[in-house]
This record gives sequence, C-alpha cells and structure tokens, in this order.
Amino acid sequence: MKCANEVIQLMHKHLDDGLNEEERKQLKQHLQQCDDCQNHFHELKRAVAMVQSTSAVQAPSDFTAKVMGSLPKEKKRSGYKRWFKAHPVVTAAAIFFIMMFSGIFSTWSQDQQLSVSKQKDIIIQENTVIVPQGKTVEGDLVVKNGNLKVEGKVNGDVVLINGDHLKASAGEVTGDLNQVDQVFGWMWYNIKKTTTDIFSFTR
Amino acid sequence: MEIFIKQKIKKVKKGDHSAFEDVVTFYQNKVYQICYRMLGNAHEAEDIAQEAFIRAYTNIHSYDENRKFSTWLYRIATNLSIDRIRKKKPDYFLDAEVKGTEGLTMYSQISADEDLPEDEVESLELQEYIHQEILKLPAKYRSVIVLRYIDELSLQEISDILDIPVGTVKTRVHRGREALRKKLRHV
Repeated sequence: MKCANEVIQLMHKHLDDGLNEEERKQLKQHLQQCDDCQNHFHELKRAVAMVQSTSAVQAPSDFTAKVMGSLPKEKKRSGYKRWFKAHPVVTAAAIFFIMMFSGIFSTWSQDQQLSVSKQKDIIIQENTVIVPQGKTVEGDLVVKNGNLKVEGKVNGDVVLINGDHLKASAGEVTGDLNQVDQVFGWMWYNIKKTTTDIFSFTR
Repeated sequence: MEIFIKQKIKKVKKGDHSAFEDVVTFYQNKVYQICYRMLGNAHEAEDIAQEAFIRAYTNIHSYDENRKFSTWLYRIATNLSIDRIRKKKPDYFLDAEVKGTEGLTMYSQISADEDLPEDEVESLELQEYIHQEILKLPAKYRSVIVLRYIDELSLQEISDILDIPVGTVKTRVHRGREALRKKLRHV
C-alpha cells in the first residue's frame, strides 16, 4: 500500500469508466509486481461486488395505492389559473365584459322608484307620468319604473323603462318612442345610448 | 419503456390522475430502494418514497420532458432523503474537513475495525452488515454509492441527479469505495 497514488487512481478509473490500452498495461504490469496493490485492487472489487449483492428491496405491496390515495386532488382552480395565464388577452376581455354587464345590471336593479327626467309641465300621479293636454315638453323624456300618458306634446325622444305607454288620442311625440321592459332591452338601450353619445360627442 | 413513461407523463400533465398510477407502479421499487439504502429503515424509506412521488405529481409541470424522467424523480427522492438524514442526526460532522489537512475528513480518521463489536457483527446477516456499512457512509458518499452500485447508474446520470459535476461524482465514488473497502475487507 505504499505504492504511488497514481496506481490507486488507475484502479478507480478502471472501475468507473475503463482504461485505455496503455493505462491497462501499466496497471496490469504494476499489479503483477506489487502484492499490496494487488490486494488493494482485489478488496476494492470485492467491496463493490458485496454492495451490488445486497438484494434488491421491494416497496411494500400497497405502496402505489397509498401514494394514489394521498395525492392532492387536481384542483379545478389551478386548471383555470393555468388557462388564464396562457390566454391573457381573452382573460382581460372577459373581465372587461363582466365588469361592464355587472355595472349595467346593478343600475337596473338599483332604483325601483319612479323617476322622470326633469322637465317642466309634467304631472306625476301615483305611478303615472302625465304630459297634460295642451302642454309641450321640450327635449327628451325618460321615465323609469312608471307609466306614461302623453296627452300633450313631446318635442323629442321618449324612453319608457319598465313601464307602459298609455295611449292618449291627442298625444304626440315628435321623436322616437322607446319602450324598454327586459333587462336585455335595458342593456341594449344602454349600449346604444353610450354609442350614440360617443358619436355625438365626436361630432 | 422510456416512450411508455413519456406518454404517461404527458397524460398526467393534462390532468389525468390515473396515468400517474402506472408511473408509480413502474418506479416504486427503484425509488423505495434509494430511500431505503439512504435512510436505513423501512418505515422512513416508505415515508420518503411516498413523499417523493407526491412531490413529483404536484410539480409535474416543472418537469422538462426533454430530460429523463427517472433522473428527475431520483433527484427528488435523493434530495428528500438527504434532507431527512440531516434533520435526523448530525452525521455530517464526519464530512467536515480536518483543519490543516487537504481533503481529509473526520471520516478518514476513524479506523475501520472499531465500528461494531466483533460478536455483534457475527450475529448479523452479511447482507444486513453490508447495508449497515453503506449507511455509515456520510450522506454525500452514500448517495453516489447507492446510485452507482445499487441502481447501477452512470456517472453522468448521477451527476444530473445530484446536480454536481461529473468530476465531483468521481471523487465521491472513489472515496466511498475506499471507505467501503476498509470496512468490508475483513468480512
């Protein structure tokens, strides 16, 4: 065992990735001359063989079942998250629409009270807004949650939300008359209004 | 077999829970073996091997499909085992280099024959004795020896698993082998 470290290195090299022709000759030659090294080499190989001989241990028979039992359930949420990360534009668009519609819905359900756009010369009777005979309303008229009876004249558009238009023979509306009853109608009205506003603004 | 496993992994990535069962069945003995040789007792080995599979499952999206799955899985298993060893007992004392020496650790200072009383050795089965001797190696030598000789992996694969250079793997195999030689030569 007093031999050069070089020889020991060769032995390990032999055990790991093999020696080239020259190195092998060198090692062989040395081992033939040196009993200590031969012994060392033999012990190394024997130790390796002993380690390799330790019988393969088997996992317990219920191992797979136990692992499968303790796996976390594939979270639905993590699936969504992944999808969101993969499609940021769609996600942004979806969020935009959700916010927009929820805004419209909330204004829809908010006021159930009768409200009228402020105009002169109109009479409110219980649930009905009356434009009296002989009077003229200048400008648009919006009635929410109430009925409208036009006996006089409206010089503009009329929008009726959640209410009926009680026809009166003499009544006259110069502009459009819109009646909005459904939530979707309400939304449509909102969108239309916003668009018109934008266009009239740009103009 | 690699192809079979690759397909299963793809399914697992897509959220197919049951495809993972085949993966576990295929690798359970190998992973359990690594943990058993590293930790030395069946109970802990089972615990850590299970943990390794569960981690593999939960982190399956970080697995790069261009690399060998077994390498990635064994890496999880060896890392978990090493963590457990560190928490369990301070045997890494042996790893500490002795001051004033180059590359000499406390480990090399321990003479081979004073580890177990002679009569105790005789009462043990040879296999059990070898197993115990492997366990006495410091964790960093133990892991390379286990991967090299019990799982019969190449130096390159061991280097990938442990994330250390091949040269370091060689040195550790070398030292581990010398240590085992000293321990086992009288058997």
